Amino acid sequence: MGEAKFDNPTEALLARHNAPRKGSDWAERTRHAARERTLGMGAAGRRDEYWRYTNPTSLNAFETPDVEILQLEEVPVFDGVEKLLITFVDGVYSPELSDDLSGEGLEISTLEDALSADIHWASDVFGVLETNGQSPVNRPFAALNTALAGQGVVIRATGKVSKPVALRYCRENTTSDALIHHVIRVESGADLSILENGAGASRLNTVMEVDVADGGSFHHLRAQGRDHTRLAMTHIFARLGAESHFKSFTLTVNGRLTRNDVVIDIVGGNTKASVAGACLGDGDFLHDDTIFITHDAVNCESRQVFKKVLKNGATGVFQGKILVKTGAQKTDGYQISQALLLDDDSNFLAKPELEIYADDVACSHGSTCGAVDENSLFYLMSRGIPRAEAQNMMIVAFLDEAIQEIENEALAEDIRARLLGWAERHKG
Amino acid sequence: MFEIKNLKASLADEDKQILKGMNLSIGAGEVHAIMGPNGSGKSTMSYVAAGKGGYVVDEGEVLLNGANLLDMEPDERAAAGLFLAFQYPVEIPGVGNMTFLRTAVNAQRKMRGEEELNAAQFLKIVREKAKSLKIDADMLRRPVNVGFSGGEKKRNEILQMAMLEPKMCILDETDSGLDVDAMKLVAEGVNALRDGERSFLVITHYQRLLDHIKPDFVHIMADGKIIKTGGPELALEVENNGYADLLNEVA
Repeated sequence: MGEAKFDNPTEALLARHNAPRKGSDWAERTRHAARERTLGMGAAGRRDEYWRYTNPTSLNAFETPDVEILQLEEVPVFDGVEKLLITFVDGVYSPELSDDLSGEGLEISTLEDALSADIHWASDVFGVLETNGQSPVNRPFAALNTALAGQGVVIRATGKVSKPVALRYCRENTTSDALIHHVIRVESGADLSILENGAGASRLNTVMEVDVADGGSFHHLRAQGRDHTRLAMTHIFARLGAESHFKSFTLTVNGRLTRNDVVIDIVGGNTKASVAGACLGDGDFLHDDTIFITHDAVNCESRQVFKKVLKNGATGVFQGKILVKTGAQKTDGYQISQALLLDDDSNFLAKPELEIYADDVACSHGSTCGAVDENSLFYLMSRGIPRAEAQNMMIVAFLDEAIQEIENEALAEDIRARLLGWAERHKG
Repeated sequence: MFEIKNLKASLADEDKQILKGMNLSIGAGEVHAIMGPNGSGKSTMSYVAAGKGGYVVDEGEVLLNGANLLDMEPDERAAAGLFLAFQYPVEIPGVGNMTFLRTAVNAQRKMRGEEELNAAQFLKIVREKAKSLKIDADMLRRPVNVGFSGGEKKRNEILQMAMLEPKMCILDETDSGLDVDAMKLVAEGVNALRDGERSFLVITHYQRLLDHIKPDFVHIMADGKIIKTGGPELALEVENNGYADLLNEVA
């Protein structure tokens, strides 16, 4: 109903969010440019190459869907870990539910505060990595986010950060439409871990810009919200310097629509990057991982490991690209996307892409989809394990290659337990 | 104890009958061996008894202590006391051997209404049994059968058998792919499980295994049926003369 008021869907997109608190000149210039960028590229549509499998209509709609808030009885994910907790409620930072914004080895502030100040390094990252990630593929939801997001955190890691920074996204309102934007700089030799969990809003749009300097390490572990009909459009834009490490893992169970874009530019040599994800969907569920890794330096390694378990008509999408630029010799690229379809109604749509301009590289990619292996199932059952339990063991086993990408064993175990919990609840 | 009565079974995909009226009766504590030429239906018999998919039972019964196994799911057959040592143990990446063993042991105990073993109890038992089969901690930690050598896979089968303490064990060509030492080790594992109550059916091509696991009876199977039954000497006869004479005898 609201859309009729606007000349085009892009204006509607920009009009549905309130303007954020005004920042410094540099920040406002960045926001203004992002607004122009959004208008220039237009809203995402089914005719766009990277939106062919995922319908962006519900993400574009002026109205926010009414999404029931999931009441969880179990201990929240990552609860057992010592962490610096930062909470957002319906996309708004909550000081009451957060720890003090300070910690060993890091400088941290809210996006609002950082954009009002003159933080030199932040102006080199905020909106900059997002802009870099707009070529060659337009990502209008990311530009929209830069233009209008007023909430988020700005973190600079200067040394080994003792505790992970845990970003928790809670919900109170059933029709919240949130934009969250994080800006992160990992300085040379610093080591930072970020944990994210929760649905955060009925419709959530996040951008995380991560600039990892030479020799820096960044670990990211995310458990997306389990509220059944929530929508999420997330982005990670990373720039990786020489001899740096980058790891990101996402667990997704439930959610009507999830689109996770990860754009990584490897600009310094001897760097290692890994992006992985495990998702489980039952019924009204669409999960889309769209990954773009650019190698523009020698002797770097990148891995994409994505596993999806789908049933009752759930859909999984994987669009993964490795671009190796001229001169990025000795690149080692690995990409695997696999789906386990538990019935005939579920779908897996995969588009692996390699574009290689260097002549001394090793890139491997694979994509498979299939049912639970009957031989393995029989083997387990012949030892007395009932069918449903045996199938769940197979599900968890199938996802394990992705879980193994998580470096911290305790966190990996937590993720495994969540997977098994989901499988138990959705048994049969 | 274990009885196969007039068992007829076909491949589900092709209209081809493999078992054509098989009869076999094994008493408590007995060891029987089945030998026979390739394609005679030995492995099919073991799969049909254990409940593998892809076969249709046309007629007959497989009874364990009077209960018809053919009416049960594979896991229920296991809980009822049947164990099949696979000719080709399946590799299951991502499932730890130890987790698998404990899940299996406890699933069976649960189904039988017994108390489940806790982690400490289980660990104590598994370590003890693994040691006698020369299975080290690393093999227990690794994913089920992944990266195991042929001998390790077969020893792992025997370990599962030892942990699950079945009433009736079918060993499908457990000696295939084993060197002499590995075969001895496996045979010792089996012999250690002989307690006068537990019964065994050993499917093999070679008499050699029967030097180590001494059978009470030897059956010759051909074209989906048992065609001759005798004592251990029958295995020696096959070893020396092959199956031709036996097959002619029947024909």
